[in-house]
Amino acid sequence: MIRADRLAAAPLACILGAALLLAVLNMATAADSALHVPDFVVSLAGKYLCLAILALAIDLVWGYAGILSLGHGAFFALGGYCMGMYLMRAIGGRGVYADPTLPDFMVFIGWKHLPWYWQGFDHFWFALPMTMLVPAVLAFAFGWFAFRSRVSGVYLSIITQALTYALMLAFFRNDMGFGGNNGMTDFKDILGFPLNSRGTSVGLMLCSAAVLAAAFIAARAMTRSRFGKVLVAVRDAEARTRFLGYRPESYKLTVWVVSAAMAGIGGALYVPQVGIINPSEFSPANSIEAVICVAVGGRGTLSGAILGTILVNLGKTWLTSALPSVWLFAIGGLFIGVTLFLPRGIIGLLLPRVSGASRPLATGPATAVAPAREAAE
Amino acid sequence: MSEPLLYLDGVTVSFDGFRALNALSLIVDAGEMRAIIGPNGAGKTTLMDVITGKTKPDAGRVVFADDIDLTRLDEPAIARLGIGRKFQRPTVFEPLSVYDNLLLSLAGDRRPHAALWARETPAERVRLEKLLATVRLADHRDRRAAELSHGQKQWLEIGMLLAQEPRLLLIDEPVAGMSDAETAETAELLREINRTRSVVVVEHDMVFVRALGVKVTVLHEGAVLAEGAIDTIQADERVIEVYLGR
Repeated sequence: MIRADRLAAAPLACILGAALLLAVLNMATAADSALHVPDFVVSLAGKYLCLAILALAIDLVWGYAGILSLGHGAFFALGGYCMGMYLMRAIGGRGVYADPTLPDFMVFIGWKHLPWYWQGFDHFWFALPMTMLVPAVLAFAFGWFAFRSRVSGVYLSIITQALTYALMLAFFRNDMGFGGNNGMTDFKDILGFPLNSRGTSVGLMLCSAAVLAAAFIAARAMTRSRFGKVLVAVRDAEARTRFLGYRPESYKLTVWVVSAAMAGIGGALYVPQVGIINPSEFSPANSIEAVICVAVGGRGTLSGAILGTILVNLGKTWLTSALPSVWLFAIGGLFIGVTLFLPRGIIGLLLPRVSGASRPLATGPATAVAPAREAAE
Repeated sequence: MSEPLLYLDGVTVSFDGFRALNALSLIVDAGEMRAIIGPNGAGKTTLMDVITGKTKPDAGRVVFADDIDLTRLDEPAIARLGIGRKFQRPTVFEPLSVYDNLLLSLAGDRRPHAALWARETPAERVRLEKLLATVRLADHRDRRAAELSHGQKQWLEIGMLLAQEPRLLLIDEPVAGMSDAETAETAELLREINRTRSVVVVEHDMVFVRALGVKVTVLHEGAVLAEGAIDTIQADERVIEVYLGR
């Protein structure tokens, strides 16, 4: 038990400690000091933390419930769009067309009135819960049908991929009212804090770290509860759980919706830090990249999702500037390599023996494809 | 004691024209232990599937306890009514500890939100200790189920069924792959279970069926061929022809 608690404390201390350290080294040191952390590093760190929230959400469904989502970026992007809508409305009359309520892109395509679904997004208190609620509602509708009709394995993965692709195409359309191709950008401030100031970006980065820590604690509590044990049971022997009186579909649906909401808040924090949200955020490649991060760190370990995201994205940042054409090959190769040689990821190397459900991968199926033992047929 | 607990009436199941069950009728009394034998393809597993809701019959009725029609219910609903099922191959939750396997099987609220907030109660702990003793796994409680021997897994699964507190246990080939000593102990365990619950055992092993000493039903081509004490069955001409004589 002591050991297990320490396992939880270590990633938390790393996340919060590193975020605080970066903040202090950015704000409190002179620009020419050897210890100075430049602004772009702070904003990169903020982005990584948001992507780690997405990866954590994926690990919750993939690692523990065996649902391989190749479309979780959709929930992330929806959360991002909700935040983008708030940020657009916060621009107010300072846009190019100086319309007090209509965002620039609506004026540009000749709209006269704000559509009904944009109402309320001028309030942060409304937009913030929406960043979780909108992805959660979509996930509920999707999961309700998918899990009830017992769609699983690769079929489910393909449908999730189709979901995010369909949303991408939809958001490309100007008449959806989300800025079409260009999406939303030119944000000015969030809750009155100017987005181009150093203080705001440090604040957003620290917020992301805090939310990631909270999400980690929540995910950990969930997976260690009896609910989490049932999830693992469903993942490895779904038929057995059914004959014990459990409804696997309700368990899958619950964790799926929680995971979507978690991804949504990650997207919401991401958008003010990168300053733009557009339909490419729905692109299937983003979702797959996040899955690879989880696999690299170690599926079904939670902390592995965070570690994997940070390492893979460090590599991406470096490689896309050093050798841009190599990145896609590198990540593809990485996925194959990890699957073949490191099925339990980096965390699996660090922690060869941990008792109980915290290392469920050891006997779990290598991919989400098969509910392992459906004994009597 | 002679009140029927489970009543199958003219149950027919076809797969692509093949009749796995052919107008099968069967009554199991409350408190009874019944052994079901039959050659491969006689419909034993399909019978289990129909009772537990995995397969819906094309015709016929399956009635449990106070006139509950099982053909209208799905697997979890039937399990919650008090019908437990043991698979042919031991099916336990391998990454979880022996203790957790039993914990998840304990009768209780099966809904996700209940599981999310569930805390182990002292009453549950007492139940689990008893179960661990019953299935002889008290010394292995913290081991992962994956690390158990084949026989131990079979026993763990039986323990999981008991944790459900079912009124009727369906057990598919419990001694397949067990040593002689384990087989004898399993027969003893089943008799112990039968003191408080009805049991239906599907089995190939005639020595084991004899050791159980209960009424035997012989299935052949999806229907009941013969029924009675083991000695009567083994003397029956038709049974010898289709099954025992081979």
